[in-house]
This record gives sequence, structure tokens and C-alpha cells, in this order.
Amino acid sequence: MSPTVVALTIISIIVATGSFIGLYAGTRRKMDLEQWIVGDRGFGMLLVWLLTAGEIYTTFTFLGASGWAYSKGGPVLYILAYQALMNVVAFFVLPPVWEISRKYRLQTQADFFQVRYNNKYLSAFVALVGIVFIVPYLQLQLTGLGMIVEVASYGAIHRTPAMILAFLIVAAFVLTSGIRGVAWVSVLKDILLLFSAIFVGVAIPYIYFGGIGKMFTELVRVKPAHLTMPGATTNLGHTWYISTVLLVAVGFYMWPQFFGASFSAKSGDTLRRNAVIMPFYSITMPLMFFVGLAATLILPGLPNGDLSMLAIVRKTFPPWFLGWIGGAGALTAMVPAGVMILTAATLFAKNLCRTILFPKMTDQEVGRLAKISVLVITVAALSAAIYSSTTLVGLLLVGYGGVGQFFPGVVLGIYSKRVSMPGVFAGIVTGVLIFVPLMLTKNDPIMGLNAGFIALCCNFAVVAAVSILKPAKRGGFGESLDRNA
Amino acid sequence: MHRPSTGAILFALIPFTAICFSVALWDRINPIVFGLPFNFFWLITWLLLTPVCMWGAYRQETARISGAHRAGSAKP
Repeated sequence: MSPTVVALTIISIIVATGSFIGLYAGTRRKMDLEQWIVGDRGFGMLLVWLLTAGEIYTTFTFLGASGWAYSKGGPVLYILAYQALMNVVAFFVLPPVWEISRKYRLQTQADFFQVRYNNKYLSAFVALVGIVFIVPYLQLQLTGLGMIVEVASYGAIHRTPAMILAFLIVAAFVLTSGIRGVAWVSVLKDILLLFSAIFVGVAIPYIYFGGIGKMFTELVRVKPAHLTMPGATTNLGHTWYISTVLLVAVGFYMWPQFFGASFSAKSGDTLRRNAVIMPFYSITMPLMFFVGLAATLILPGLPNGDLSMLAIVRKTFPPWFLGWIGGAGALTAMVPAGVMILTAATLFAKNLCRTILFPKMTDQEVGRLAKISVLVITVAALSAAIYSSTTLVGLLLVGYGGVGQFFPGVVLGIYSKRVSMPGVFAGIVTGVLIFVPLMLTKNDPIMGLNAGFIALCCNFAVVAAVSILKPAKRGGFGESLDRNA
Repeated sequence: MHRPSTGAILFALIPFTAICFSVALWDRINPIVFGLPFNFFWLITWLLLTPVCMWGAYRQETARISGAHRAGSAKP
């Protein structure tokens, strides 16, 4: 058999198994909106762990981490930093969010803003901003998936048909099984990915240099500046590191899909314990860095750093292993994409259409509209991915700068009674209005700081100023949620 | 909502300080530890120590919550 056929067979088997699990997970359950979007709020620690962990290992970490280690060097360390610290933030933010979600039967992030600030325009605006920033993240998954399948099939499958096929499958299991389907597909994906990451990360330095330590000895000799910040860049120094780590650590769970995934947990304590152990899961990330660093010595001058991991695997291992990586990589894009599509569709149907346009819609009609929106959003992201050529990292940072602006509204909403609706509304508008122009004019980082972080600081200042000048008349959630009350 | 306890917040500040704010102190190659440049070694170590700190924070929070529950149920 030719290498192409071998690799293609393995990719197809893995993707088919994943699709079967995804479709099967939803059978025997009645798929109303509640089951579809929050899994009837019955997920225990294992499924919550799989769902959140499945989200963390997206295509960006799979390709982007080794890609940054390859093309940027030291600044890639920010990934390890935020993956530890975002869970520290989650420890304090997610359990109260969960309690509110249980009490008020919340299904989306925009619902949270609705019950806390009691203003339908704010909640619709939050939904709109969420959808707008999910699309580039979804596009990132698609583009990554296209690259993986193209390289892993030795060019036999062009990236466009690969993206279309994979996303039809994702749309299918999202429609039939909702969030439960996504959680179960990530079981397969995580097993494949953990094995691949550990094996590749240990084997590549060993095969070419005789070990990880020896690889670093060589790197220190040849290009020591690559190993510390700013590495191969001029503007990603220590202030950039601190501002980016802070933005991403607080911004991560502000993604509507991660925020919403916490609603599916069985209890607030599940989320708290999950936040404690989560950093262990990132222990395979450094291995991805090692692969990228090895590639700087073995395959210098690649046009696209995001391809360094795949290029070195193709050079080193037999076709079946490349197929394995290709299949795992495809699922890595499909799992997070599933949750994003699900979330964006629900935000669109429930928090935009019903809230603003058709307040008389019933829950059944919202559910039906959400399922139609799944197809619309899939097609939108597909066309964006096919016709645009932005890099993976560029796409990701656009998203964090945007959704990070929800943080003041969420955290002050939980812990402060004085924060006011106009303050939060003005803060988010300010943050987005500062961030988007800086991003579009390529002024990120600006003055050595992450542009999204600057926008977030201004956002906080506006929330505080407006809330102090015109304090909220009735703080909190209408009634106290304090367990002591 | 009840505010997190001071103890839990102090536990949480440890990883933030070690991983984020102190970057200028540890972002260097030497000394090499276990074959890794010092910055890589430092962050990998803190990836393992962060759950230890947060376990401390967890103990603080759960002790307080169960205490609050007992106090709550004692009320008429």
C-alpha cells in the first residue's frame, strides 16, 4: 500500500469512530433545548473534566504551541503560564456562576447578564459580541484541521474538501446529540492526543539529539537567544508576557462556550475540584514546545511555523503514525468546534432573535431556530476559513481581546452589589471600541503591552467610574444568593 | 454572593506571583536544571505546584462553606 493510502485509512477510521461516538451519545435521550445545550445539568467530574480539557487542547495548542516554539522561541512560555493561572481564576469565578445558573435555569452567558443586570439590550449585545468573536475561533479550528489533513494525507486531500467534510460531521453530531455528544467524542480525542503528544515530544528529541537535555545543550550552543523572551521577536518581552498572561487567564472562561460548559456540571464543587487538578493536564504542553524547538534545528526555514510539528513527524515516522496524528488532529479541531457552534447557535436563537425580534417565541421554537442556526454558523465559518488567510495565532488573539471584555461584568456582577448596568454596558463598549481598532491597524502589542489588556484596563476604569457616579439602585440578583442568608 | 476567604486568595496569589509577575527574575537559561533551561524548568515546576496551592485554597473554601451550612441549619 502506498503511504497515502495507509495514512488516509487511519485518518478515516479515527474520524469515523469519533463520529459514531458523537451520534450515539444522544440516542435514547429526549433532545429538548435543556438537554441539548447543558446536558440536563447532570455532568459529574469526569465529563466536566473531559469537556473543559477537550476545549483546552484545541488545534491552536496542537499546532500553534509547536509553531510558536519554532518561529518565536521564548515567548511560547506564555501558554504554560496562562494554562495554570486560568484555573486559579476559574476556582473563584465558576462555582458562583454555576450556582446562579442552577437557580435561574441559565442556558447561555447572555442569560447571566440578563438576570444580573436586567436589561435586554445589554444581554443581546453580549450575545452579539460573543458570536462575532466565536467565528474567528471557529475559523481557526477549521484552518488548522484543513492543514492537518492535507499534510497527513501527503497532499492527497486538499484542505477545502477536508474542512467541508469534517464540518458536516460536526454539524451532524451537534444536531443529534448536543453537548453530550461533544463531551463523549473528546474521550477518544484526549486518549489519542495524550499518547501522540507524549510519544512525539519524547521521541523526536531522542531520535535527533539523544535526549531532551542534549537537545537543549545544542540549542544553548547554537541559538541561546531563542530560548528566552523576546526570543526571535523584537516586541514580545516581559511586559508583553505579563499583560498577555493576565488577559488570557481572566479571559479564558469568558468565552461563551467555556462559560456555558460550566452550567452542565452537577455541582459547584465539581467545578472547584476540577479547577484544582486541571493544570496537571497541561503537563504535555512542554513536549509540544520541545518538538517545535527540535524543528528549529532540524528543519530551519519552514515558511509556516504552524506546520513545523507535522513536517517533522512526516520526516521522521512511518505513514500509519502520520495518519494517527492526522486523525487525532482532526478530532482536536472537531470537538471544540462542536461546542462553539452549539453555543453560537443558541446565543443567536435565544438571546438575539427572541430577546430583540420575537419576544413571543416558545422554548420549542427557540430550540428549532437554534438547530437551523447550527447550519448557518457552520457555513459562515467555512466560508471565512476558505476565503481568508490569517494565521492561527492572529485569529486566537483577536478572540481573547474581545471576549476578555466580559470579565468585569461577570466578576463584579458576582461579588459587588454596587456595580451598575450602565457601567457594565459602557465598559464592554469601551473595551471593544479600543481593542478592535488597535487590532485592525496591527498595533498589537502596543508599547510592549497586549492591546486586549489595555482595553480591559480601560473597561474596568469605565465600569468603576460610571458605577460610582450613578450607583445601582438594586444590586445583586434580585434576592441574595448567599448561602449564609 | 459570599466573597472568597482571605486565606484562599492568599493561596491563589502564590502561583500568580511565581508564574506571572516575577518573570524578569527567572526568564534565563542558567542554571540548567534536569537538562532544561531555567525558565522552562521553573514554569514546568509551577504547573505542578499550582494544584498544590489551589488544594490549599480548596481546603480553606470548603471548610468555610460547610461551617456556614452548619451555622445556617442551627438557625430556627
